[in-house]
Amino acid sequence: MTSVPAPIFTAETAVLVVSILLAPLAIAGIALINTGLGRSRSAAHSLLASLCIFAVAAGVYVVCGFAWQGYGGAPAYAFSAAGRDWNWLGRSPFFLRGMELDGSALSLCACLQIFSVGLAALIPLGACLDRWKLSAACASTALFAGWTYPLFAHWVWGGGWLAQLGMNAGMGRGVIDAGGSGTIQAVGGLTALSLAWILGPRRGKYSPEGMPTAIPGHNAVLILLGCFLAFAGWLGLNSAGALLFTQTSPGRIVLVAINTALAAGGAILAAVFITGVRFGRPDVSISANGWVGGLVASSASCAFVSPVEALFIGAVAGALVTYSVEWFELHLGVDDPGGAISVHALGGIWGLLAVGILAFLHPAAEGLPGAAPGSTQWLAQIVTVATLLGFVLPLTYGLNAALDRIWPQRVAIEGERQGLDLYELGAGAYPEFVTHSEEFTQLR
Amino acid sequence: MKLAGFLLLLAGWIIVAAAVILLLPANARIAFALAGVAVEILGLTLVIRANPRPAGERE
Repeated sequence: MTSVPAPIFTAETAVLVVSILLAPLAIAGIALINTGLGRSRSAAHSLLASLCIFAVAAGVYVVCGFAWQGYGGAPAYAFSAAGRDWNWLGRSPFFLRGMELDGSALSLCACLQIFSVGLAALIPLGACLDRWKLSAACASTALFAGWTYPLFAHWVWGGGWLAQLGMNAGMGRGVIDAGGSGTIQAVGGLTALSLAWILGPRRGKYSPEGMPTAIPGHNAVLILLGCFLAFAGWLGLNSAGALLFTQTSPGRIVLVAINTALAAGGAILAAVFITGVRFGRPDVSISANGWVGGLVASSASCAFVSPVEALFIGAVAGALVTYSVEWFELHLGVDDPGGAISVHALGGIWGLLAVGILAFLHPAAEGLPGAAPGSTQWLAQIVTVATLLGFVLPLTYGLNAALDRIWPQRVAIEGERQGLDLYELGAGAYPEFVTHSEEFTQLR
Repeated sequence: MKLAGFLLLLAGWIIVAAAVILLLPANARIAFALAGVAVEILGLTLVIRANPRPAGERE
């Protein structure tokens, strides 16, 4: 069962604090990547929406999210079945009441979770670029941070029924998701899929015959800079998650860092190779998505696999993202400008399954906790993926579809034509690039 | 059809959750859990097929 470690030592606290303070770089990285992959006429809107989404997510999470997520050993609503108690919802006080924000493990957990929910809430923006109202994005984020994320995070990280699969049902040690492949990434990615379905594609994305047209990202430098920032953020996210939620010893942070780097490296090399072979030259945006896909997939297993296995996990994630971006666009008719669904939903699900596959192949592997011979750790991972698809996807689709009925989430046609910068903010991100006809008149 | 797909997704998840929570024999648990996953895949297929292929308007 997952629980926050009680004893805190100075060195461990220092490592945790540094790791947690790196995590916001992941948010900055994803925000830059999303902005670079969108159109220039919506660039300022994208970055402002990123900040607003983080603000709403953090606020709502502090009000009620952390109370419902809870933590291992905290009071929780439970039901009894087959003679065992299963937790399904946290029952801690709202507004973080009663919590000493003094560097204790619990307070550090709350701090990390505020950044985590901000990152998870930002993921859907990548799939909704150029057509999602700012106000609707904030409202949707409130639902996400107040209910969807805390509920699933309780099940995985807060001592809920998925974490109890080990103790109650003998499945290894329950679901293993150290850095949040499922809890942060897949939940955010499935919400992105729901919103992409609800909003529909961007105007001009599909021809009257239904064929997709390429709308390239407007700034490759932003995309690639975002990749570097995301890497630094993921180092913190994976390290802090491993320490807090899987009781990894601080010494294993070295392994976490190496695995994170190798997974990202394997992923981008796979993406560069595949796009190079298929299109003649490597594709920047797909390769960047591959990089983030590798980071996403590395999170669940970062503290438990060998570097070679991390490289393999990353390479598979890179290939998966490369093919699925095209598959979603061409065959499913899903317009996902930021690649959020492929990167975060599929990458996250692959990360969760990779833990199960490696635990199945190497049941006595050193470092895979609870993966004793005969253990069914792999089944715990499959049950978690089934929960994501069978519960989280309908939940997040239902919530956002209901919100769309009350508060339409898509911007008006005029807004799409003008760009969201002018339509919602009144000014563009790059005003100096606007060509003024009077300047040419004066030069004559 | 979309509603049916989402209901199948939920039904599959309930089968999976019930299998791991209620069943004790390992083989039965695994069999029912995998059956639930199969129902989910069916539901996901329905949901995907229920979303119409987008087509842009003519100028």
